[in-house]
Order: sequence, then C-alpha cells, then structure tokens
Amino acid sequence: MAEAVSTENQTTQQTGRKVKFVITRQDKPEGSSYTEEFELPYRPGMNVISALMEIQRNPVNSGGKDTAPVCWESNCLEEVCGACSMVINGKPRQACSSLVDKLEQPITVAPMKTFPVVRDLVIDRSRMFGALKKVKAWIPIDGTYDLGPGPRMAENKRQWAYELSKCMTCGVCLEACPNVNDKTDFIGPAPLSQVRLFNAHPTGEMNAEERLDAIMGEGGIEACGNSQNCVRSCPKGIPLTTSIADLNKETNKRMFKRWLSV
Amino acid sequence: MKGFYARRLHSLLGVIPLGLFFLEHMITNFSAYEGGKESFDAGVEFLNGLPLVLVLETFFIFLPLLYHGIYGLYIAYQAKPNNAHYGNERNWRYTLQRVTGVITFIYIAWHVYDTRFQVALGNVTHEQLGGVMHNIVTNPATFVLYTIGVVAASFHFANGLWSFLVTWGITVGPRSQRVSSYICMALFVIVSIMFVLSLVAFRNMEFQDPTVAFQSIRHFIA
Repeated sequence: MAEAVSTENQTTQQTGRKVKFVITRQDKPEGSSYTEEFELPYRPGMNVISALMEIQRNPVNSGGKDTAPVCWESNCLEEVCGACSMVINGKPRQACSSLVDKLEQPITVAPMKTFPVVRDLVIDRSRMFGALKKVKAWIPIDGTYDLGPGPRMAENKRQWAYELSKCMTCGVCLEACPNVNDKTDFIGPAPLSQVRLFNAHPTGEMNAEERLDAIMGEGGIEACGNSQNCVRSCPKGIPLTTSIADLNKETNKRMFKRWLSV
Repeated sequence: MKGFYARRLHSLLGVIPLGLFFLEHMITNFSAYEGGKESFDAGVEFLNGLPLVLVLETFFIFLPLLYHGIYGLYIAYQAKPNNAHYGNERNWRYTLQRVTGVITFIYIAWHVYDTRFQVALGNVTHEQLGGVMHNIVTNPATFVLYTIGVVAASFHFANGLWSFLVTWGITVGPRSQRVSSYICMALFVIVSIMFVLSLVAFRNMEFQDPTVAFQSIRHFIA
C-alpha cells in the first residue's frame, strides 16, 4: 500500500501536470450561478468525481483563494445509479465514468439545469420519480390472497426488455431533449420507455391500458419532437426512440379502440 | 387528454389532406414548366371545374391549413433548440422542421393573399393567375423570396412525412427510420427542384398578361 502511494506521488512530481476545471456554481436554489476555476494536480486514472473530492480536500480556487467546497451527489461510482449526472464539456453524463484522460481541457462542469438546482452540481430530480408514478411504472401484484406464479415471459422478449430495465433515472435524456423545458410539461423519454418495459411484462401487461392512458395525458408522448437526442445521449444505450415509436403505435391503437368501443 | 388528440390531428392533417394537396399543387405548377401556359391553364381550369370546389377548398385546404399552421406555431414556440451541443443530423432536422414551418406559414399567408384571396375579392380571375405569378417571379426580390418559400415548404413537407411515419407507429426501429430518412430527403430534393423549375417557367414571356391589374405586395418590397 505504502509503495503504491509513493509511486503515485512520484508520478505527480515527475509530470507536475495540472488539470484545469471550470465549474458552474450556485450557492442556493434561488441564487444566480457563476463559474469558478480550479487547478488540480494530475493523477493517473482520475475522473471528475475524484477531482471533486480533491477540491473538497483542498477547497482553493485557481486564484489561490479559499472557497467553499463544490457540492455534488454520487453513490455507486460505477455508472449504475445515475446520481452524479452533470453537464461535462457540454454533454450531460455521469461524472464517475468521465475519465479526465479522455476529456478536453479545461474541463467544464455544470449542473443539469433542466432540473431545479439545489446547490452547485446538486439537482433535484424528483420530477422523474413523479413521472414514474404518473405512468404507473410498477406491476401491481398485492392482493388479499396468494395469486400464484405469473405467466412466463418469452426469452426473446426478455432480452430486449432487459435493455429497457437498465434505466437508472439519471435524467441525461431529459437534459438532452429540446422539448423538455419550462414551456412544456413533457415528462421526457425515460418514463415513456418504462411504460414499454412494464407493458412488455406478462403480468404488467394486465394493466397496459392504464399506462397508455397515462402517457396520452398532459405532458405525455405527444410532446416528443423526434430530435432523437435522447437515444444518442443515454449512457446505458437504451433504445429510447424505438420505445417511443412503439408506444406511438400502441397509443394510436388505444385511441381508436376507445372511440370505437363506446 | 386534449394535447394528445390535438398533436395527432396536427400530424394527420399535415399529410392528409395538406401533403396531398401540396403534391397536387406541385404537379399543376410543373405543367407550366413542361407544357407551358396552355398546359398550366388547363390544369387550373380542371381544378376549378371540380364539383363543390369551394367546399373542397374550405374543408380540405383552408381549415386544415389554418389548424396545422396555428398549432404548429405553438409547437415551434415550445421548442428549445440545442444544436450547439447536440450536433447530430436528426436534431438539425428537428430545428429545421420548426424554422421551415414558420417560414412556410408566412410564405403561404403571402402567397394566398397574392392569388386565391385576390380571386375572392374579384381583382383577378382564375385565368389570370399565370399572369399574377409572372409579375411576382419577374421581380428579382420576390423571386428570391418565393424560392425560399417553396424550398422551405418542400423541406417541411418531406421531413414532416418522416416524422408522420414515426408518430403513427409505422417506422419503429432505427433501420426503418434511417431508410425512411433517405426516402424523405430524396423527396425533399425532387419536390424542391420541381417547384423551383415551375417558378422559373412562370418567368417566361408567354405568361405575361397586361390585363392583370393586381400588382401583389411586391411593390412594397421593391
């Protein structure tokens, strides 16, 4: 261990390289934002989270002035929780998987402003949870007696449905979407794709129409403008636009069925 | 619930009937290029000879146009383009669809004022429309504006057809959406060329009609 640390120090000393960060900051939810620059010693393999940790250890900006450490959120550090989503060099992504070696300098870091900013890089993504509740992104199995095992799912269906289940509600697709903004109430691509996931499930399918009705409501699927930024930004490679087009078909069928069956 | 139906109706009307009328308009105009004044006049005469032409115009052109145009302006207003950060081709088409929509809206309002509205007022007759067009396209300023108008309308139609296929769940997967992109963009090029050639054809002296009293708003521009 001691040897590993000394090797690391040597590398820093040998290279003397610095990494420059330009961070968009905001002191409180209703405050205005400003940028602050930081220069940190380069360490091999560092990512944006470890850089933020370095600032936390030594909160001094590039002007040499003491400053409040930058606030951010993170949990898993392996790109599966979605908590550390932020805009890095203009693109929304997870800070933990943003390796400094692969980023152009200076590295700009900003909060995803599609969401309310709580402080610095911390944002409030609760609208996404609200959207999941709105579209009923769950499978109701609670009852007063044992319902027994559900129907089986075909393996080929399970394979593509599994891809949809990788969504970590990180908010990157909402940030990238030009139709998710303060002029619309569009819930965004992520919760739509969850409707497709739960409607594909053999038990979830029993409530498929409720979910379709939900996304035919305010801020639902109709607000998609086909820019397709979502599918290109999704860190998990979820086929969001395929989900949306498929749900377009399903909601259209539902629309005609509702009209003609009354 | 309202938003869903409003948006679906907007998408449907854009192709049926508006897209179909747009293609019909292209073919009639192109007859001016292909067969000259005689051929174009025959086309105009055929259209005006259709039964219940005023009903057709009202319910299959005017009202759908008004709905599609005004609701479309609202859609354009709701957009927050971000092409600087997301430079992919689909995102550019997203923004262009809204920009060309607004241009087309203004252009069609002007064009309808120049032509159909003047017929309704009795300032010109259907037979004189070739002459009206000749006056418009022989002025360099209005010729350029009309060219911008028809190219914008062609893009809006062709790309709108692409998103129509997505909106109605016809092209679902990435491959079908890519293939339909190629087809629709080819359609954009063909339709634009045909409309521009028609505009060029109207510059021909045979369309000159000294009896046309109406001079369009080109005089305000010139």
